[in-house]
Amino acid sequence: MLLSFLAITAIAVVRLRDLFGVVMLFSIFSLLSAAIFVTLDAVDVAFTEAAVGAGISTVLMLATLALTARTEPPPRHGTLLPLLVVCVTGGALVYGTLDMPRFGDPQAPIHQHVAPRYLQDSPAEIGLPNVVTSVLASYRGYDTLGEITVIFTAGAGVLMLLGAGRRRTAHRDDDKDKRGSAMKHSLVLRVVAKILIPFVLLFALYVQFHGDFGPGGGFQAGVIFAAVFVLYTLIFGLKAARAVVSPRVLHVLSALGVLLFAGVGVAGLFAGGNFLDYSVLVRHPVAGQHLGILLIELGVGVTVAAVMIMFFYLFAGRTR
Amino acid sequence: MFAAATLAILVTMGLALIRAFRGPTVYDRILAVNMFGTKTVLFIAVFGFLTGRPDFLDIALAYALINFISTVAVLKFFAYGDLDNTAATPDEGEDG
Amino acid sequence: MTMIVDVLSWVCLLAGGFLGISGGIGMLRFPDFFTRLHAAGVTDTLCAGLILLGLMMQAGWGLVAVKLFFIILFLSFTSPVAAHALARAALHGGLKPLLHKAEEDPSKP
Repeated sequence: MLLSFLAITAIAVVRLRDLFGVVMLFSIFSLLSAAIFVTLDAVDVAFTEAAVGAGISTVLMLATLALTARTEPPPRHGTLLPLLVVCVTGGALVYGTLDMPRFGDPQAPIHQHVAPRYLQDSPAEIGLPNVVTSVLASYRGYDTLGEITVIFTAGAGVLMLLGAGRRRTAHRDDDKDKRGSAMKHSLVLRVVAKILIPFVLLFALYVQFHGDFGPGGGFQAGVIFAAVFVLYTLIFGLKAARAVVSPRVLHVLSALGVLLFAGVGVAGLFAGGNFLDYSVLVRHPVAGQHLGILLIELGVGVTVAAVMIMFFYLFAGRTR
Repeated sequence: MFAAATLAILVTMGLALIRAFRGPTVYDRILAVNMFGTKTVLFIAVFGFLTGRPDFLDIALAYALINFISTVAVLKFFAYGDLDNTAATPDEGEDG
Repeated sequence: MTMIVDVLSWVCLLAGGFLGISGGIGMLRFPDFFTRLHAAGVTDTLCAGLILLGLMMQAGWGLVAVKLFFIILFLSFTSPVAAHALARAALHGGLKPLLHKAEEDPSKP
């Protein structure tokens, strides 16, 4: 049933011309995906999908809409040829998947060697209840390092593209303030935000460190942390938010997270093991794994939070 | 009977979705999305109980937060045209 | 005792589900945005509260119940605020509430 909702939403997204409505429908799409992931028992993924897709993506798309048009112009070329191309490609992809083992088939190669090895050995080698975290952070830690580097690079790229407008925006802020701009905030929103924000920050910390035991970990915590700052900026204004966490701090933090992660890897080298081998960090291998995972999750959380907040500042600061 | 509650929530989500597609004004759509979000929170909570894994509640809580922020963002966008709240569209003297 | 708690929790869950569906139907059938806002508000507060309360009773004392309680608390803070912000934005955007039905409808007495 959820999948059919997803399909209907996708069709509606394509058909609708009003881009604002499209953004709303996109956020529903992310929610549906998250719900489907939950039914598939993939809890961490659902967490990240909900936080990123329905929260940050929607907000960033709205910020983009503020800079561009509100409706999509009608297509200028015929639609038959693209439709044909898409159908052929889609058909080829589906044909390719026919060869793959059925979903959840116990005879599939991944379930014969890789998955049992992780599931069986993870308690002994790593000792964390949440196997997803142990796979992400330790067994496949190199991939996670790559992911953080991608996030950092994306942040750097966006900074290069949009950061140049910063000086202009600073002047505009002064102008508006001089006019005694009627920043009429809703009293209700402000009071409620002030009450809620500390608790949500605490919740973000909880998610960060609880990732070993339940769903959570660095990515999700970073996104929640960033979401809190987005809320603050929305209600109190970009200037106030910049005073709390200045962009310079964000630049440093986003690099620091990656540095922490890679640093842990290099420390493993110095201690005599492989790159990103946590077992050699301290005397007892399992404790080493715990320490390593803790540090790299922290690095992930810091970078993700810093880059997301930076995106938001850059997007929101570019007024037309 | 968790299944019955889950089914009820799914049906409600479907109804909200219809409103999101139809809604003549934008505000209808925003309302529908907000409601959809709350229903998703409920769905995750009930589903967690249905499958016997109450760890899902963390996601439900995070999701409730995201839903709220998303709605506020959309409204700010709509009222002010940008997201940093310094564009001056003064209200007609109404109190918050 | 547990039987009573069980029955009570089913009642809460079912009532919450019913209210959710009726709120959803209301969303579809009400004539105006502000009335639909009310219908959605019913689902956000009563339906959510009852369902979560029913789940709390199922869960017994423990961390799960505390988390559910936090969700209820959070929702009861944020749903009214979101509804308020929506209504205010709609009014500010010029949407007028439907105050009375047009009188020039001859088919209705």
